[in-house]
This record gives sequence, C-alpha cells and structure tokens, in this order.
Amino acid sequence: MRHRSSGLRQAKTYLNHPLAAAPLLAASFPAGAQETRFNMTRGATELSQQVFDLHMTIFYICVAIALVVFSLMFWSIVHHRKAKGVVPAQFHGSMKIEILWTAIPVLILVAMAVPATRTLIAMEDTSASELTVLVTGSQWKWHYKYLDYPIEFYSVLATPRAQIANEAEKSPDYLMAVDKPLVLPTGKKVRFLLTADDVIHSWWVPDFAIKKDAVPGFINETWARIDKPGLYYGKCAELCGRDHGFMPVAVDVKTPADFEAWAAQQVALAEQAKAEAASAGPMTMDELMALGQQVYDSACVACHQASGEGLPGVFPALKGSAIATGEPGAHIHIVLFGKAGTAMQAFAKQLGVKELAAVITYERNAWGNAKGDMVQPADIVAAIEKGE
Amino acid sequence: MSTQITGTLDAHGHLDHDHKPRGLARWLFSTNHKDIGTLYLLFSLTMLFIGGSLAMVIRAELFQPGLQFVDPHFFNQMTTVHGLVMVFGAVMPAFVGLANWMIPLMIGAPDMALPRINNWSFWILPCAFGILLSTLFMEGGAPAAGWTFYAPLSTTYSGDSTAFFVLSVHLMGVSSIMGAINVIVTIWNMRAPGMTWMKLPLFVWTWLITAFLLIAVMPVLAGVVTMVLTDKYFGTSFFDAAGGGDPVMFQHIFWFFGHPEVYIMILPAFGIVSSIIPTFARKPLFGYESMVVATASIAFLSFIVWGHHMFTTGMPVVAELFFMYATMLIAVPTGVKVFNWVATMWRGSMSFEVPMMFSLAFIVLFTIGGFSGLMLAIIPADFQYQDTYFVVAHFHYVLVTGAVFGIIAAVYYWIPKWTGVMYNERLAQVHFWCSLVSVNMLFFPMHFVGLAGMPRRIPDYALQFADLNAFMSVGGFLFGLSQLLFLWGVVRCMRGIGERATDRVWEGAQGLEWEVPSPAPYHTFDTPPVVK
Repeated sequence: MRHRSSGLRQAKTYLNHPLAAAPLLAASFPAGAQETRFNMTRGATELSQQVFDLHMTIFYICVAIALVVFSLMFWSIVHHRKAKGVVPAQFHGSMKIEILWTAIPVLILVAMAVPATRTLIAMEDTSASELTVLVTGSQWKWHYKYLDYPIEFYSVLATPRAQIANEAEKSPDYLMAVDKPLVLPTGKKVRFLLTADDVIHSWWVPDFAIKKDAVPGFINETWARIDKPGLYYGKCAELCGRDHGFMPVAVDVKTPADFEAWAAQQVALAEQAKAEAASAGPMTMDELMALGQQVYDSACVACHQASGEGLPGVFPALKGSAIATGEPGAHIHIVLFGKAGTAMQAFAKQLGVKELAAVITYERNAWGNAKGDMVQPADIVAAIEKGE
Repeated sequence: MSTQITGTLDAHGHLDHDHKPRGLARWLFSTNHKDIGTLYLLFSLTMLFIGGSLAMVIRAELFQPGLQFVDPHFFNQMTTVHGLVMVFGAVMPAFVGLANWMIPLMIGAPDMALPRINNWSFWILPCAFGILLSTLFMEGGAPAAGWTFYAPLSTTYSGDSTAFFVLSVHLMGVSSIMGAINVIVTIWNMRAPGMTWMKLPLFVWTWLITAFLLIAVMPVLAGVVTMVLTDKYFGTSFFDAAGGGDPVMFQHIFWFFGHPEVYIMILPAFGIVSSIIPTFARKPLFGYESMVVATASIAFLSFIVWGHHMFTTGMPVVAELFFMYATMLIAVPTGVKVFNWVATMWRGSMSFEVPMMFSLAFIVLFTIGGFSGLMLAIIPADFQYQDTYFVVAHFHYVLVTGAVFGIIAAVYYWIPKWTGVMYNERLAQVHFWCSLVSVNMLFFPMHFVGLAGMPRRIPDYALQFADLNAFMSVGGFLFGLSQLLFLWGVVRCMRGIGERATDRVWEGAQGLEWEVPSPAPYHTFDTPPVVK
C-alpha cells in the first residue's frame, strides 16, 4: 500500500520530465527503438516507415474532409438560426449535388487504396528470406526457435511481481522487459513463422510494423528487415487469458557479426547445460526449496497464485491438493507433460531438470503441504526418459 | 376492447378509453406497444447503469499502472460483461423500446402487429440478463474471453460460466428475432391509408432495414454460441485444430454476425437524427430518397466486410484486398448521410434545444468515429491499429457518441409525447455539456495511447501510458456521473413534474406522432388516420 503512490510518482517523473529521465530512457531504449506517446512509431524498417507515411496521409485527408464538412456545418449553425430571424428555405434535394458528393469520395478512396495496396503486397511477400524464426505463443510466454541454428528458448516477462503489486518501485522498462529477448541481425530479411500451443496470441512489434496472430494448429508468416541495431519492445495483442497484459515481446537487434557471435555462444551454452543436467548430483532440501520458489514465482504463480490457492473455478489450488500431497510420480508427470484440454502446460521442454526437481519439491512442501519428501534431478531425468 | 365504449372524444377526434389493468399485472401481461416500449426503455436504462458500473471498475484499475483493485481475471470479466451488457442490454433494447413506442404512432397503426410476441420478447430479456449477470457471483466468475469470445479461449480454456453465457445469448437472440419480426410485420401491414413507402419517416425506414439485418444475423450468432457449447462440453472440434477444426473459423462466423450487428446498433440512430434535424432546422430533410438508398447500401455492405476485423489472422492477400476495398466503400453511403444532414441545416432556421444539441454532437463525433473506421480499413496501418486502444476509441465514438447519443436525443425529443410534460431544459443542457466534455476526455486520448502502442483488454500497462490513462479515467468517472443528471431528468418527467407539453411539442415537428395528444393516450389510431 505504502508503495502505491511512489509507483505513480515515479511514472509521472518519468513521463513529465523527459530530460530528467533521459539516462533512464537511454538505458531502456538504446539506439533504434523510439518511444512515442501520441502517435504511431516510424519504426526501424523500410516498411514500418511506409506504414507510418500511409497512416499520416490518410489521417491528413480525413482532417481535410472534416474541416470542410464541419466548417460548413458550424457556419450554418452560426448564421442560420431562428434567433437571428432567418426564414427557413424549403429546398429538399438536388440530384446534381447528390451525384457530386457520391463521386468525389469514391475518387478520394481510390487515391487511398493505391498506396495501401502497394504496401500490403510488399508486407505479405515472405519469399527470399535469409533467416527463419518460429515464434510460438503459449499462456503467457513466447518461445523462439531458430530454424537455421540449433537455438530455441522461452522468453517471459522479467518485471518482478512486487512491482506489479505496487510493493516495489516500478522500473522504466516496467512490463516491457523479458528474461531472454529474441536476438536478430540487422540488414537480413527475417521470416517469422507464428503458431500457438493453447489459445490465440498475437505477436506485435510496432517498430517492425508486424502484428500477426499466433493460432494454435496453424502457421502464419510475416517478415522484417531491420535497419538499426537496438532493443525493440512489443506485446501480445490478442486477449489470451488472465495474464494477457503480462506477455511482452522484446527483440534485441545486433549487427550480423555480433549476431553470429551470440549464436555461437548460445550453442556452446546449450551444450554445457545439457552436460550439467546429465551429471546433476543430488541437491539439499534448502537448495531445492530456494530454487523452487524462484521457479514457482516465474512459471507457476500466474495461475496457481503465490498462496498456492489458485483461483477457485478457474485454476486449481496446489495447497492441500491431491496431486501435490499424493505420491510424487503423478505430480512429476503432470508438471512434465501437462494436462490435455486444460491450461496446464508441459514444462519438460520449458525448464531445466534442476528447476523441475526444485519446483516440484517446493510445491510439495510450501503452504503447509508438509510432505517432507524431495524430488531430485535424477528423478526428473528418469521420468523424461520414460516419457509420457 | 369493443365491449366498452366509455371513452370520450378528445379534441382530435380520438376515442380515449384508457382501461389498462392496474399494478404489476399491467406490466407483466401488457400487450400495449406503449407499455412495452416503456418497459424496454427502462430495462435499457438499468442496463446502461449496470454496464457503466463495470466500466467504472475498468477505469479505476487503469487509473494507475500496477494492479490496485482487481485481479486480472476479474478485469477480463469486467471487459467481457461490460461489452455484452452494453451491446445486448443497453443499446439494442433501447432501440426496440423506441420502435415499440414510435413506429405505430409514426405510421398510424393502433399497436404492433403481434402484441403477445411483443410481450414475450421483452420479458425474455430480464431472464437472459439475470442469467448472464448471475455468473459474476459464481465460483470462477463470469465469462472472461471478451464480448467477442474467441475460441479456444472461450471453449477449452474457459470456465463453467460458458454454459450460462451461451444460454443467455440464445435468449437474447430469441428476443431480438421476435422483436424484429414484429417490426417488419407492423411496418409491412399496418401503415395508415396513404402512408406509402416513400412517405415513411426515416426512423421507420432505418428500423425496417435493421430488422432484416437482425433476422439475418442473430441465427448466425446462435449457431456460433452453440458450436462453442458443443466444443466445450460435448467433444466436438469446430474450433480445435487437433480435431480437424479451425479457431479462425470461429472469427469468420462471429464477425459475419458481428459486423451487421454494429450497423444494427447505428442505423436506427441515423433514423432518429434524420427526424430531429429537420424539426429543429424547420426545414424538410435534404435528400430523403438518397437517405433510404444509403441506409440500404450500408446494410448490404455490412454483409461483405466482416473480414476487416481479422486482418491479422493470416488471410490470403486477395481476401485482404477484397475486404479492404469493400470496407472503404462504406464511407460513401455514410458520407452521403452526413452531407444530407448538413444540407438539411443549411439555410434552415435553427434552434438548439437538447435533442438538437445531442444530434449535432452525434454528427460531429460519429463522423470522427467514421474517419477512424476508414483509417482502420487501410490494412498496412491496421496491422498497427488492430487490438489497440485506437480500436477502442473508434468503436466507442460510433457506439457511445453515435448510438447512445442518438438514443438520448430520441428520449429528450419524444419524452414530452410519452409523459405529457416537458423535460427541464436547463437540467438537460447541463447534462449535455457535461456529457460532451467528459465523453471526449474519456475516449479521445484513447486514439493516442492506441497509436503509441497500448493494447486493449489489459489490466496494467507500461509507464509511458500512465498520464493519459489517469486523464481518461477522470473523464470516465465524470461521464458516468453526468448520466445521473439524465436519470434525474427522466424521473422528473415520469413523475409528471414540469411544464405541460403541447400536442405538437416542437414548433417544427412533422409527422403523425405529433397529431395525437400529449401524453399519447393508451390507445391511439383505433381509427386509422388518412395520410395525404
């Protein structure tokens, strides 16, 4: 409660005094991305610039029409009033003028449709791409898989829950930052394939003028060629359930050389993590509980809640639940492989074996679920080998 | 009716035998178009305040960044139920209420053609909304997938309130279809001698076309909610790719209903404004025939533009272009209407009583909503606008400052005829100016935050949107409070407080409804008038 006002004060400072907040802005919006408050961004691609120009052109045409029509209307309101003793005319139609004000709008529309069609056709041409990324939405995170590299990872909101609950100062990248942004090279035609695991999501990065729905069971395509390196923010744009508002997109655009270095590093890290997972030794209860809480707060809390009580009628409670207090096998199974036809996802692909072992142990020993037993990384490895 | 001849001949030569039942029975069993019209209008007013209260929860939560008052799941319930209540509970029943009261009076008919169906179609509504609103108090809460309830969020991933939601939508559909049939049959068969098609008041014309739209699309809505029901509870896979279905097919079916639906909510308002402007300009409507043709064209186009709600779903380019061009075409007949209204005012002798003020605000603000609609049709730009507050701004301009302002204008315009007393002009002017200022504080900045990147249906937002959201929330609370002035004005009239209204009420009023006494007697036009 105490922090609520400070959150707002910080927001106000940030917004009202752009100069004072310049260092913050520099930190959160590196070269390339630009923040707008009243208008669409010009973005960072040739097409986003075209879209912006199209938007402004149509807007100015609308303003011009509005000025003409409303001026006539207000001129009439001022001059043709009973209070001035005007005797009303009795004309009530004119074929000539009706034809005129049907034909002129048609011509204006044709003038609008030509550039719109041209830009649209360019936007939908995904041929000759140089890099392909498969983007998969699920409640409430994005998964990125590079089809040209052995790299794939999940990307989730990095803003701490305490900031959302007004218990901590809000950082400048509040609700925008993610743990692992998508990394792309400049100057290359990147093709995005979009799909979803559960409900419909929509992957939107304003600076690329890309918004495309991620539909479960179907694959959509779009593309971008990004001119400037920088960190670009976006959001899920299609209502996708409780945490729809907490599902940001962040794209870190690097020069091709930096991108290749990053990719090599990722491949090495993945190998290393795999080796570590295979040889992971037993962990202590304290280690499991500490890591488990950390994982729970990022991966599970949105549905099952910090209290473990879920949302009655929507998301089941873990506190005192049959699974979390029953034998470990069933508990491990549902966490690893999910439950079909519900929002419960398969986490085997999403988390490492240590994290999985820790979070299951945590769920069995938090909120008064005092089972006292431990699930070890080796149990997880065995369960994964056994499969669904 | 025929056995009792106790009425007296009034100054207009009508038999004024007012022998309605008393008490609750009068309202429960009524087959009188005026009573049922009153019921519809009061129901709509109640729903306006309920739906408005839900919007206040939304605006309170969005007042500051961070979560202050409600859980995101409850927030989603608020946006969903707000939309459903306003669309199906406030706007549509208000128009049916106005149709009930005014169509028989305007065409010289003694009542609606199917009075018992009329009673039934009203009394279904409180049941439907009782069911819908009861879900707010259930475990798991009300539907939370948005008023557009896209699958599979509304099927596999929804709560058990889905069944209640589907049942309530079915009931609303039954009510709407019966109301629409009644309107069509009444207009087709019960026009007074000499009331030829091209003499019909535009409000009657727009309602006739609206009624055909309703009959065409409400069964489509019934179909899609039934598919949602069977997908969720009976193992079908209409919208589930795993079973051979397609989630996007839901959107095609929904918007095939949904787009004509938005014209259902605006065409009668066009009719209202076309009645009010000539009255207060003291000059006949400019381009009557072109108004009728424009209305029919808009209705036709409404069936071939549904895809513009779905530009980001991944349609083939050819389909996208078709829907873009068809959507842009709507600007032509809509423009004709606006030009005709301005031409009606031109060289008239205008006065600015409150119905006129709301109509003038309607023209300007609805047109702003029309412009943003045109912008939304431009697909490359729509990729940036889609599912942002820009869309929220657009449809609130056409629905609140369009449809709702039209309804409020109609109430002020006709309430002297309904109650026999004039509303309080000063109170109503205060209501108008408060509404005008606050509604623009509420909705205009939504264009800005939408363009700057704020998605719709989110309970919390990035800090760059904080200032404007606080401002919009203040506008929202003021707009909500302003409507209490409207309530006060209406209650005053209903209690008979105010200056007696003359039969003609407005100096420039034309039409049969102004030939009967004020208040309109319980039975009118038992003997059809002759229209010259």
